[in-house]
Order: sequence, then structure tokens, then C-alpha cells
Amino acid sequence: MLKGLIGKKIGMTQIFDDQGVAYPVTLIEAGPCYVTQIRKPEKEGYSAVQLGFGEVHPKRLSNGELGHLNANKIPPMRFLREFRIKTPELNIGDKVTVDVFAVGERVDVLGVSKGKGFAGVVKRHHFHGMNATHGTSDRNRAPGSNSSGTTPGRVYRGSRRAGHMGMDRVTSQNLKVVMVDAERNLIALHGAVPGGKGSLVVLKETRKQ
Amino acid sequence: MADLLKAVEARKNEKIPELQPGDTVNVHTKIKEGDRERIQEFKGTVIRLRKGGNEASFTVRRVASNGIGVERTFLLRSPRVDKVVVERHNKVRRAQLYFMRGRTGKSARLKQKFE
Repeated sequence: MLKGLIGKKIGMTQIFDDQGVAYPVTLIEAGPCYVTQIRKPEKEGYSAVQLGFGEVHPKRLSNGELGHLNANKIPPMRFLREFRIKTPELNIGDKVTVDVFAVGERVDVLGVSKGKGFAGVVKRHHFHGMNATHGTSDRNRAPGSNSSGTTPGRVYRGSRRAGHMGMDRVTSQNLKVVMVDAERNLIALHGAVPGGKGSLVVLKETRKQ
Repeated sequence: MADLLKAVEARKNEKIPELQPGDTVNVHTKIKEGDRERIQEFKGTVIRLRKGGNEASFTVRRVASNGIGVERTFLLRSPRVDKVVVERHNKVRRAQLYFMRGRTGKSARLKQKFE
């Protein structure tokens, strides 16, 4: 059985479980997803399932995308993602909903982290910065010196510098499922999930077991 | 999206009345021991009320044996709070009664407020 879904991050809140324990949770509107393609070793060289999520107006898609979905009478979908699975017991057009996950299970969540723009070394690499006082002037968040002197006479490759931060593909591993609401297609996961509100996330069965 | 967040939040715990800073209260909490459930009481002064809808809480301070102060924070919507009994309202002029932490004995008393 495929344990994977595509969803939209709603935001964070706090909910109680049946024991009365309060959990900080991220709410995700996950699915319903449609199986849009089955990838087979004979044809594509590997086996996987392609899921579609987020119904859109047909005008939003290119003719190629539309044709891919129309061929199997699937409504136009905004996002298509593949899930590697050895034995997909699914057919094209099948609906996948939050029911695939149960409360207490662990999942991995893939998302794109919030973009921070061009960030300095203090924010990007947790450098400590320099003294606020003792004669420091305009150097509070500077990276410090680069390298030694004549030897090696260059900056080592891969040394941590300022630069673009965020907008990376990030996986949060081993998050516990606290609540599943099949009626509203909602799933609540213990802890934080990469990305801003409304961003696309992919839920998978966890690798850590 | 905000509606979906609201939809999963806990309902207000109806057994908790309106509280004010300085109130002397008796908080009954459900405690689970194995498969048995019992009620534990915690009596003291409300020294802090934190608003914020779903995450709202209140802190109760009491002085235990040997004059050791004990503070406990309860979530206003927690289903574990069985009930809260307000035993008396006290006259206070502050929203947060942190000054009570430095006080013991006679100086830690509050004047009762009569309606």
C-alpha cells in the first residue's frame, strides 16, 4: 500500500490528544490525490506511482499536462509528484486520501524552506559575531578573517560565507501523526514542517524505523 | 486557511469560570495513574492570566511546606482541568502579581474584594 500524499501547509496550532496532552502541531491539508501514472520497471526502468494534487481550471495547464491527465479521465491537477514504491497496488485514477495515515504513525515531510535572501554569516552559519563594545566599530556581524597568511595564500574551498539562504528542499523526519480528519482532508503532525503557510508539502512514510 | 486552524482547536473548557489576577482558586485536575483516574487539587493565588485564545493559560501560586513557593500553569482549554472554584476575589492593582514571589508570611496576604 502506498503511504504518500501531497498537501498544503495550513499553519501551526496546539491541540489536545485523548489523554489531554497538548501537542504543538502543524496542520496540513493533504489530498485528495489521484493516481495519475504508474511507472513500471519494464518501461521507465523503475517502479513508482505518480500522484496529482490540487484541482485547477484547465486553462492553467499546458496542453501536454492536460493530455496526460485527460487520457485517464482525471481532473486537471496543479501538482504532480512521484513516489517510489516496489509494488503499487493501485490503478490509474484511484483516489488517495488522508486515510492512508493513522494516528500514532511516523512520517517524513518534504518542503521548500522559507527564503531568507542574501544572508550574512551570523544568520546563515551561526557565527558568533564580534564584541558589541571594547572598541568594536561596524564589525559586529562580520565574518572575521578568511585564512592564514602566505601559507596557504588562498581561501579554502567550501569555507562558510555569506550568501543565499533558504528556499532549499528540506525534509523533516520522523514526525508523529497526532490527528487525522478524513472529512476535511486534514492531518496534524507533531512539530514544525518546512516552508511558509500555503506552501506545498509531500508526506511520506518515514525512513527511520 | 484560518478557518481550518480554528476548526481543529479545542473548545472552551466550560468548567473554568472567568478568572482575575489575585483570585484565590482551587483547581481540580484529573490525574491518570495506570487505568485509574483521580482528582488532584491545587489551591493558590492566580498570579498571571495569559490571553491568546487556543493557547490561553493561567498560573497559580501557592506556598507549600517550609515556605517553598510552588507555581503551576494550566491551559484554559485543557480537558484535564476538571473544575476551578473561585474561593475569593482579592484586591490587586497589577495584572501580573510577580511581586508575590518575593513575599512570605504576613506580607504575602491580599485584601479581599467585596462586590
